[in-house]
Amino acid sequence: MKTETSSALVQGFVRSVVPVLLALIVSGLIMLAMGASPLDFFAGVWRYGITGSNWQRSLALMSPLLIVAIGIIVAFRGQLWNLGYNGQYLLGAVVASGLGPILYAVMPAFLATIIVFVVAVLAGAVWSLIPAILKARYGTNEIITSLVMSFIAIGVVNLLIKGVFKDPGVTTPQTTVIPEDQLLPYIPGTEIHIGFLIAIALAIVAQIVLSRTSFGLRIDIFGASPKAARHVGLNSTWMVVLLFAISSGLIAFAGSVDILGQFTYQRADWDPRYGDAVMPLVFLARFRPVAAIPFVAFYAVLATGGTLAAQQAGLNVDFLFVIVGLILLFMTITEYIGNRRALGQSYVPAGLRRTVLQPFTRTSERTSA
Amino acid sequence: MTTTATSDVISLRGITKAFPGVVANDDVSLDIVPGQVHCLLGENGAGKSTLISILAGMQQPDSGTVSIGGTVVDISSPKVAVDNGIGVVHQHSTLVPAFTVLENLMLGDGGVLLDEKRATRRLEELAGLLGVEIDPHALASDLGLGQQQQVEIAKAMWKGSRLLVLDEPTSMLTPQAIEHLAESIARVKAEGLAVVLITHKLREAYAMGDCVTILRAGRNVGHISTEELATYSEQQAQDAILAAMFGEDIVAVGDEATELAGATEASRETAAIDFASRPVRLELRGASSRGAGRDVDVEDVSLTLREGEILGIAGIDGHGQNALSELVAGQRPASTGTLVFDGDDITRSGVRGRQRLGIRYVTDDRLHEGTVGSMSVAVNLVIKRIGEQPFWRSGRIQPKAVDAEAKRLIDEYGIRTPSPATRAGTLSGGNIQKILLARELTNGARLVVVNKPTYGLDLKTVHLVREILTDFAAQGGSVLLLSTDLDELIELSHRIQVISRGRLVGSVVNDGPGTAEKVGQYMTGAIEGTD
Repeated sequence: MKTETSSALVQGFVRSVVPVLLALIVSGLIMLAMGASPLDFFAGVWRYGITGSNWQRSLALMSPLLIVAIGIIVAFRGQLWNLGYNGQYLLGAVVASGLGPILYAVMPAFLATIIVFVVAVLAGAVWSLIPAILKARYGTNEIITSLVMSFIAIGVVNLLIKGVFKDPGVTTPQTTVIPEDQLLPYIPGTEIHIGFLIAIALAIVAQIVLSRTSFGLRIDIFGASPKAARHVGLNSTWMVVLLFAISSGLIAFAGSVDILGQFTYQRADWDPRYGDAVMPLVFLARFRPVAAIPFVAFYAVLATGGTLAAQQAGLNVDFLFVIVGLILLFMTITEYIGNRRALGQSYVPAGLRRTVLQPFTRTSERTSA
Repeated sequence: MTTTATSDVISLRGITKAFPGVVANDDVSLDIVPGQVHCLLGENGAGKSTLISILAGMQQPDSGTVSIGGTVVDISSPKVAVDNGIGVVHQHSTLVPAFTVLENLMLGDGGVLLDEKRATRRLEELAGLLGVEIDPHALASDLGLGQQQQVEIAKAMWKGSRLLVLDEPTSMLTPQAIEHLAESIARVKAEGLAVVLITHKLREAYAMGDCVTILRAGRNVGHISTEELATYSEQQAQDAILAAMFGEDIVAVGDEATELAGATEASRETAAIDFASRPVRLELRGASSRGAGRDVDVEDVSLTLREGEILGIAGIDGHGQNALSELVAGQRPASTGTLVFDGDDITRSGVRGRQRLGIRYVTDDRLHEGTVGSMSVAVNLVIKRIGEQPFWRSGRIQPKAVDAEAKRLIDEYGIRTPSPATRAGTLSGGNIQKILLARELTNGARLVVVNKPTYGLDLKTVHLVREILTDFAAQGGSVLLLSTDLDELIELSHRIQVISRGRLVGSVVNDGPGTAEKVGQYMTGAIEGTD
């Protein structure tokens, strides 16, 4: 029994880490092909992402990434593919950057921060109602509806920043900068805002709720089979709406934390697309919030250091998404091979084996009846 | 093993096919001779269907060969199978319901333009051969099941078959339709075609077959050649087949073996009850269901089920059985009518409310609805009591309490599992069904709806499941038994009602011989529209 669990752990570790390693190796080869030096790039990632006080910037970046990851996990656990994270994130962000300055002017910072957070979560949750209700009532594919709602949200956010929330004092379309003393406080002795602690705490709470409570079990049943959920007596309409609302609310919360902790204002057409980067990591973590922490940390370092390192190595910053894409690709391959191995089957798919390998086997073997 | 010198013999040699965790075919060899009906017998999971899908080109064997007339043929796709004249009639209909008979038959035709004239001629030929009448322009969905099967046979022989394979052709048919089928098979055989007939009913094998091969656990465990079968009396054949089918298990199953293997006519085995003295447990008054999907709904159903009674619902699969069971279990709302349970109106209460009242439901979709395969046996055993004491306290799961309950049920129902923590999906179908029964019948069950409770199970488990149900009824529980297996209904039920197109069309008290015929008449009358 003990060896069984430990071998399962090793398996999980291998399946999670191998894709990342392969992605790094192949991205290095691509860099070579593009005439850039992969060693310079990775050295740069290390230098700008970890050394000196740079590790603090990486940890600060972790907080929105991790909260987005938890939000995605909650929906994905129930097999609801909420891909509207970019719009939901920006909605939360614009609540903080637009509503924040107005509230801070009239009430204590503490109270205003709480109100911003609550409104951000509600904004995200309400925005998810349309895909959720369409899914629950009519079985509409939530991938498409949530994605479309995301594009609409991005447009709405830009309109708000160019309209009611625009800082009249500057010419560029952006919101009013929130002064230092009203932002989220730093963890004493560092320059990491407390959003990091909030994110870690959320991950632990989410982990406990998902794995230890009746609510978590209900989500898992619903995710494993909506038919079984109905059989057990779960209300699937309510489940879809609730999961979408929690997921979307959390992602919007990440946006507001990011503004109040890091960015202090928001420009029109700004979209960090954290969700796109985090999504494959969530799969690597097998939808476990706590397991997502190291992956998100890895990506935070890569992103923090990689931005400067890419410029120095003569690469576009978007090269980071090439690495993310490669992780996704190798994850799929590792998963496929792992499953076939677990089933004791050949690594080569049957169809491929027949068409590619069969002509090479000796014909006499086939006709010896 | 018969080795006939006919050039057209289809020989399977050393066929082995393994799936994760199970060897479906283990070194199976057999010869299929033209002009003979070759019966393939064996219980569920013996490997009959795998062998057929290999012949049909839907699976490829891990090792072994198929040869036709001495030449090895690599049946790498269904098309190769058809080109070699191997036609298969699958257990479940493969016709497109919205197409006409002719369109369905022409699906596999090549060429740019559809040649309707040629197709009509071919259909006439085949109809003559089978001795049936088929309207080429009728919609497939309008046909009765027996007629659909005739079309399926015509489809299998469309390209000039040399071998016709029938996979459990009688499982959905009324006794009357089975006779028609036997006639058609005899005519096909007379034309010199080889026929492979798969069945798990021994008496059909004896009645229709020329030779018999018995599979058990993927192995060819017995073959009775044409000559032998001709010299055997029915009793001798039966003994020989039973010995091969059950092996050493025959001792464990005992006298039940003949009934389980469908060797004899079924008769009721549950103790009689006096209807008048028993209080009514469940009553449906003009109830109609309203489902979300495209599933058949029930309309205007009225029935009463008394304490200690087993009420059978007979009918062809897909005629509203799911709707009826979900309506009673509370998974599907009633659009009209009322449901009364122990004198209380329960029309408006939901799944969990009815669960607490003692209404339980053993679904026919064990793998996807009844259990969550990726979760442990223990969780699956308490899955309908999520959040309830003592398994959950203030929302948190209590692993010890769950484990204790799981161990109790595993012992009581003899669920074979390595541990309560094993994932339910890794267990065999029989053990999964035991999980369902254990979960539903524990903790104050008063009425249980069972939908196809023995479908796809091995014979020993079939026996056990039936025993559990009769015991439950004997202790005062009520059972609403929905099944497509007429023999099962006759063995267990006190009364049998017939469901067709979502309506109850007849009721038969099961108190002597002739019940099967009466039920069959109701089914035929309702389906074919002829009384």
